[in-house]
Amino acid sequence: MRTGRKKKINFSKIYSFKRGKGPSKDDHSQIGGPGFSRVVFCNESDGLESSSRNYVTNYVRTTKYTAASFLPKSLFEQFRRVANFYFLVTGILSFTSLAPYSAVSAIIPLIIVIGATMVKEGIEDWRRKQQDIEMNNRKVKVHKSDGVFHHTEWKNLKVGDIVKVEKDEFFPADLLLLSSSYEDAICYVETMNLDGETNLKLKQALEVTSYLNEDEDIKNFRALIKCEDPNANLYSFVGSMEFQEQQYPLSPQQLLLRDSKLRNTDHVYGAVIFTGHDTKVIQNSTDPPSKRSKIEKKMDKIIYFLFGVLFLIAFIGSVYFGVVTKNDLKGGHYRWYLQPERANIFFDPDRAPAAAIYHFLTALLLYSYLIPISLYVSIEIVKVLQSIFINQDVNMYFEEADKPAHARTSNLNEELGQVDTILSDKTGTLTCNSMEFIKCSIAGTAYGYGVTEVEKAMAKKKGSPLKVNGKGLVDDPFGNMKKSTVKGFNFDDDRIMNGHWITEPYSNIIQKFFRLLAICHTAIPDIDEHRGNVTYEAESPDEAAFVVAAREIGFEFFKRTQTSVSVNELDLVSGKRVERSYKLLNIIEFNSTRKRMSVIVRDEEGKLLLLCKGADSVMFERLGTNGREFEEETIKHVNEYADAGLRTLILAYRELNEEEFEEFDKKFSEAKNSVSADRDALIDEVTEEIEKDLILLGATAVEDKLQLGVPECIDKLAQAGIKIWVLTGDKLETAINIGYACSLLRQGMKKIAITLENPEIVALEKVGDKNAIAKASKQSVLKQITEGKSQVAASRSEAFALIIDGKSLAYALDDNAKKSFLELAMVCASVICCRSSPKQKALVTRLVKEGTNRTTLAIGDGANDVGMLQEADIGIGISGVEGMQAVMSSDIAIAQFRYLERLLLVHGHWCYRRISSMICYFFYKNVTFGITIFLYEAYTSFSGQPAYNDWFLSLYNVFFTSLPVIAMGVFDQDVSARFCLKFPLLYQEGVQNLLFTWRRIIGWMLNGVCSGVIIFFFCKEALSLPAFKKNGKIAEYQIFGATMYTCVVWVVNCQMALAISYFTLIQHITIWGGIALWYLFLLAYGAIPPSISTTAYKVFVESLAPTPSFYVVTLFVVISALIPYYSYNAIQMRFFPMFHGMIQWIRHEGHSEDPEYCDMVRQRSIRPTTVGFTARSLARTNPLEDRNQKQR
Amino acid sequence: MNSNTPSSSTGGPGSADSTGPRRNTKRPKYSRFSQQELPACKPILTPKWVISTFLLVGIVFIPIGIVSLLASRDVVEIVDRYETHCIPSEYQNDKLGYIQGPQDKTCYRTLTVRKHMKQPIHVYYQLDSFYQNHRRYVKSRSDQQLRSAKNEGDTDPCKPEATVDGRPIVPCGLIAWSLFNDTYSLTRNNQQLNINKTNISWKSDRDRKFGKNVFPKNFQNGTLVGGGTLDPSLPLNKQEDLMVWMRTAALPTFRKLYGRIEVDLQVGDTINVTISNNYNTYSFNGKKKLVLSTTSWLGGKNEFVGIAYLTVGGLSVGLAILFALIYLIKPRRLGDPSYLSWNQNPGGH
Repeated sequence: MRTGRKKKINFSKIYSFKRGKGPSKDDHSQIGGPGFSRVVFCNESDGLESSSRNYVTNYVRTTKYTAASFLPKSLFEQFRRVANFYFLVTGILSFTSLAPYSAVSAIIPLIIVIGATMVKEGIEDWRRKQQDIEMNNRKVKVHKSDGVFHHTEWKNLKVGDIVKVEKDEFFPADLLLLSSSYEDAICYVETMNLDGETNLKLKQALEVTSYLNEDEDIKNFRALIKCEDPNANLYSFVGSMEFQEQQYPLSPQQLLLRDSKLRNTDHVYGAVIFTGHDTKVIQNSTDPPSKRSKIEKKMDKIIYFLFGVLFLIAFIGSVYFGVVTKNDLKGGHYRWYLQPERANIFFDPDRAPAAAIYHFLTALLLYSYLIPISLYVSIEIVKVLQSIFINQDVNMYFEEADKPAHARTSNLNEELGQVDTILSDKTGTLTCNSMEFIKCSIAGTAYGYGVTEVEKAMAKKKGSPLKVNGKGLVDDPFGNMKKSTVKGFNFDDDRIMNGHWITEPYSNIIQKFFRLLAICHTAIPDIDEHRGNVTYEAESPDEAAFVVAAREIGFEFFKRTQTSVSVNELDLVSGKRVERSYKLLNIIEFNSTRKRMSVIVRDEEGKLLLLCKGADSVMFERLGTNGREFEEETIKHVNEYADAGLRTLILAYRELNEEEFEEFDKKFSEAKNSVSADRDALIDEVTEEIEKDLILLGATAVEDKLQLGVPECIDKLAQAGIKIWVLTGDKLETAINIGYACSLLRQGMKKIAITLENPEIVALEKVGDKNAIAKASKQSVLKQITEGKSQVAASRSEAFALIIDGKSLAYALDDNAKKSFLELAMVCASVICCRSSPKQKALVTRLVKEGTNRTTLAIGDGANDVGMLQEADIGIGISGVEGMQAVMSSDIAIAQFRYLERLLLVHGHWCYRRISSMICYFFYKNVTFGITIFLYEAYTSFSGQPAYNDWFLSLYNVFFTSLPVIAMGVFDQDVSARFCLKFPLLYQEGVQNLLFTWRRIIGWMLNGVCSGVIIFFFCKEALSLPAFKKNGKIAEYQIFGATMYTCVVWVVNCQMALAISYFTLIQHITIWGGIALWYLFLLAYGAIPPSISTTAYKVFVESLAPTPSFYVVTLFVVISALIPYYSYNAIQMRFFPMFHGMIQWIRHEGHSEDPEYCDMVRQRSIRPTTVGFTARSLARTNPLEDRNQKQR
Repeated sequence: MNSNTPSSSTGGPGSADSTGPRRNTKRPKYSRFSQQELPACKPILTPKWVISTFLLVGIVFIPIGIVSLLASRDVVEIVDRYETHCIPSEYQNDKLGYIQGPQDKTCYRTLTVRKHMKQPIHVYYQLDSFYQNHRRYVKSRSDQQLRSAKNEGDTDPCKPEATVDGRPIVPCGLIAWSLFNDTYSLTRNNQQLNINKTNISWKSDRDRKFGKNVFPKNFQNGTLVGGGTLDPSLPLNKQEDLMVWMRTAALPTFRKLYGRIEVDLQVGDTINVTISNNYNTYSFNGKKKLVLSTTSWLGGKNEFVGIAYLTVGGLSVGLAILFALIYLIKPRRLGDPSYLSWNQNPGGH
């Protein structure tokens, strides 16, 4: 390990500006006051004073429960559900004499149900605990004493500890940067886990502590830090350090946040300020909101509805009971055998109203079988199993990263089938966040045979041979291209590669072009001394791609000093490789308003050169009259590149004369050193003057590499009718490029761009009146929205794309603007929000979610997406990259965006269908059962006598009818995975919630009522008076109950068999097994002594089994109860099939192999999509006119 | 130190650098089960299926219906409602007074056998509007007490008919207390017809539910006298009438087995019944009937099952024909999604 200084460069000087401004005076005056009370004794964490402070440990707990709180807390959670609470109440009431059945039989199902849920909760929490343990046991070097550092676990860190963090390690807590391996105590930090930004951030320690170079130096370091209390604001920090009896103000510039990562810096020393739950990142993480799917919410409503029914029938029964009871003493109604005159309160004719009220309670207990007690637990079991299937799907396993899909919460599975809008992050989600130099246009000639993902996708779609630059690719055009092994470089063109460029007509321009790429950047070379090759550390991946490209062509940038850049390049005259050094005079940095970057260098011949690269929008206007030679071709190429989804930059240069430069240099350093607020504006002004009259060299095209399969996936999702919004922190241009790349945008689409980059606002900003800016901005945004809307209204056929930047978004999300913003966004085919902050992402998500009341899905990979993931109905985390923040707060983690297709169209659809059918069926079976009980009640003068034995009652839900439902919920498939993907429109069944409409639910309930009525009356008629057996025995209470129950079990299980469309062995086992189980149970239960089995004692062996009537009645009742549904289903399936029904017909009739037929079905059922490459290839049929029109 | 993290040339992380020895460790195992590709039969309600199921139901149901109907026709049943006739005319307006009074309750009825009745002929009494299934009534018994002598005092569930003067009643409870106590004696041509009252209860009752050493005690000794009395010298598992009575009926109209006549009755036989009309159904306007019935393999005379089978069977055949016609007349236009209502509106996207 090198402990010495790594590079003797003060990078702080390369960066011309953008150092954090120090906090203002008033902030610091608050230190010590309320909210600013934290005191940290650096390097004295074990000291008396620090221990008296009692700051939290660095242990971070994300579990819901602790060992102690598990039982009460999870029980509370359970009984918060109305249904469970109701069952708790009935369970308690069942111990009183109100109960129509024994208490044990009522309590046991409840215990089973609650127990199962709690076990599930426990296991889930235990898994979280494991993750916590892993995180908390990571190691970090901490200063013990005497300058010796030891490894210790993160959880053991204390406030005041001095830690040493090495390259590519995460910071274990919020640290105050003391010094780094660089001389000026800077370090690079990657904050991807915090805000998702991949560019490196620069942090710098106070100068006074930067002397701490060695472990030894730490030994005697003492300092006292006073700072603000823990808070969630990532970008502010107020504090001061007392060091050697001097006060130094601290700013966010010195703060290293937990979960960010040290990059490009060998090591840093830092003092721990905030630990554990005090750290900003943890403070920022709100408790993940517990999400419930729409179906479950609706299910609650159904349960309330059933409660309504329950109360209603209980009420009817009670009134009747009250009347009958009151009559008990009257002549003609005197039921002397009940001894009404000696009745207790529950049956007392003299107090009939009271008896009726008590009866009402009894009835509530008795009819509780209308409410499916096992519904929640069954759904939970099913969802867990469904999640396992999602996790197990080989087609969603990402080989390269060894990551399968991972459903972290299982309660949203069916929501996956109802997604209406996808809100996607860009970097790391749609793209791999690696840039590849793929094409370039030099001197009006396009180079590079590379094929982008988009082009591949489109070519595949068309089925036509791919053409690049007019050349047909002879070899397999789809992917088997020779793949460059160099990262960031995917350029292939014989005319340029391997030094062939010298023979090209404009070789001097090619030379200048690549030389510019080799010089005009801020990357730092890193020479591997053993192998002699050079790698680069750059601020952004595209920057790196340029330098790498220049190197690969033969312009190897290998050395940077503070004042020069050295390039190993080919000398055109001598034909030899020579080292050339360019004197670096100025760097004019890139920023989002300038959209360009320039360097001024002096070459070895003494010529002064201004090298400039920038976005086409700013570059073409800066060309001099003599520099426009290749403008037309370049513009054409740039447009082509943009349409292929590439990120383009225009390269240009000019030669400066000495006077010009000197004048500029003077002004520029003045501007740089000015301290006034308009310093940036001054710099802009100065640079504006020098960056003109440029000579065009050409354009580069960098592919922001889309993840594999992204265009196809987006196309499929678009065909499924899912809207896709892109929310990105990127620049407008980048976002638009990616929009093109993944076919969300295309040429010919009307773009409505809402920005605040218009002159009035800019002018106002210069004045700096905040209120005026806000007001003007708001008006401007509102105006643009209104204009956009009228534009859309005016045109019928065109597709619109809405692009809005972060600043405007802030105003568009205002209360009075957001409605019209949403309206505009909803009519646009694509929506891209760029430069949006994490909070804005969340707000947009909320807007869509609440404004449209449709299901939203957010997908992202970085910590900046966390808010969005939590806000959306479903949050999907991409687990492909290192940061785990998004994954940790997501509901489902997948490794690649493209798996979304399968996740939604296959698993989502299945889960939605399964859960909704399952719930409908649940209500069906309970209504059936409840109706038989209710009807029987009517024949007992509503006295509350259940029709069945206690245990028959209580085991109905948990035993005889539970497994088939669960099997259906886990395994049923209306349409196989292949067809789900082939007919993406099937997905709309979920989006429009066709399988869980009130009509359907009520229909199922009516079916239940119908079955119940048929079962009861047919049983009653068949069994009532005459002898049941040949020996003259009568079917009394117990035989009647057992027979009717048998019919119910048969009917509901056979109904299940009719309702499912996918019979595997498992279905057979559960359905027929459920019925067999009933007989077995009857046998076993009847065999135990009558003190337990009471009315069921030997009922099967003695009464039912040897009696032909039993079988005759069962067969008859079961078939009759099923005929209504069967007929309905037959008609519906044949004459009014839903979309899945149609696909089933297609499969059944073997048309699936007939492409024309499938196409017909598909075509007729697919609405025209406006995004995706399908739409794009249609629009391409006439692309040139379109584009030319745009140019004019 | 950081030899395992090669310095990368770009700032961005790539997915490519996670290759290594861990490769494929988390790959889900492929199996048809885990991939949800299990072999399955995917039934679909094709016309063929629909028609054949309905036909099948018809084919199965109609014969069963016919057989059941025939079985039911074979059964000969004589029903005689006697609760009104057994009240002397002077008491017709005060039936309750009569039944509760000390008068002689004997009543004579004559039955004519219209069809040959093969032995065994089951004798039932049938009560109407008698709620043996009332919750209060059903619960008012003590199974413990019935089962074993040592649980004699276990009368808790029997209230209000639990004890008399502090001594437990055996058998306690409303059910036992309201024991049916009409008796029938039958003569044919002045010749006594023996009614065999053994084996009218369920064997499981005799074996396990009613104890062989439990004897009636303090029964019907209270202030209120309900129904019949019991022979205190007979153990409960010999009291078959009680056991039959205590197997409560499911519905308010029910028959209970009284006994069996083990001789054939010939057509034209006149049977004189001497009824001891003790049981009070008058206070709640209940009916009483005496039923003589033979049985078939399917039990008693119940035409409902047969007719219902025939109806459903016929309906199925009808539906089969109907479906066949519909399928013929109105063949579906395949794959025509135009009526998918949600697909007609191409807006929104």
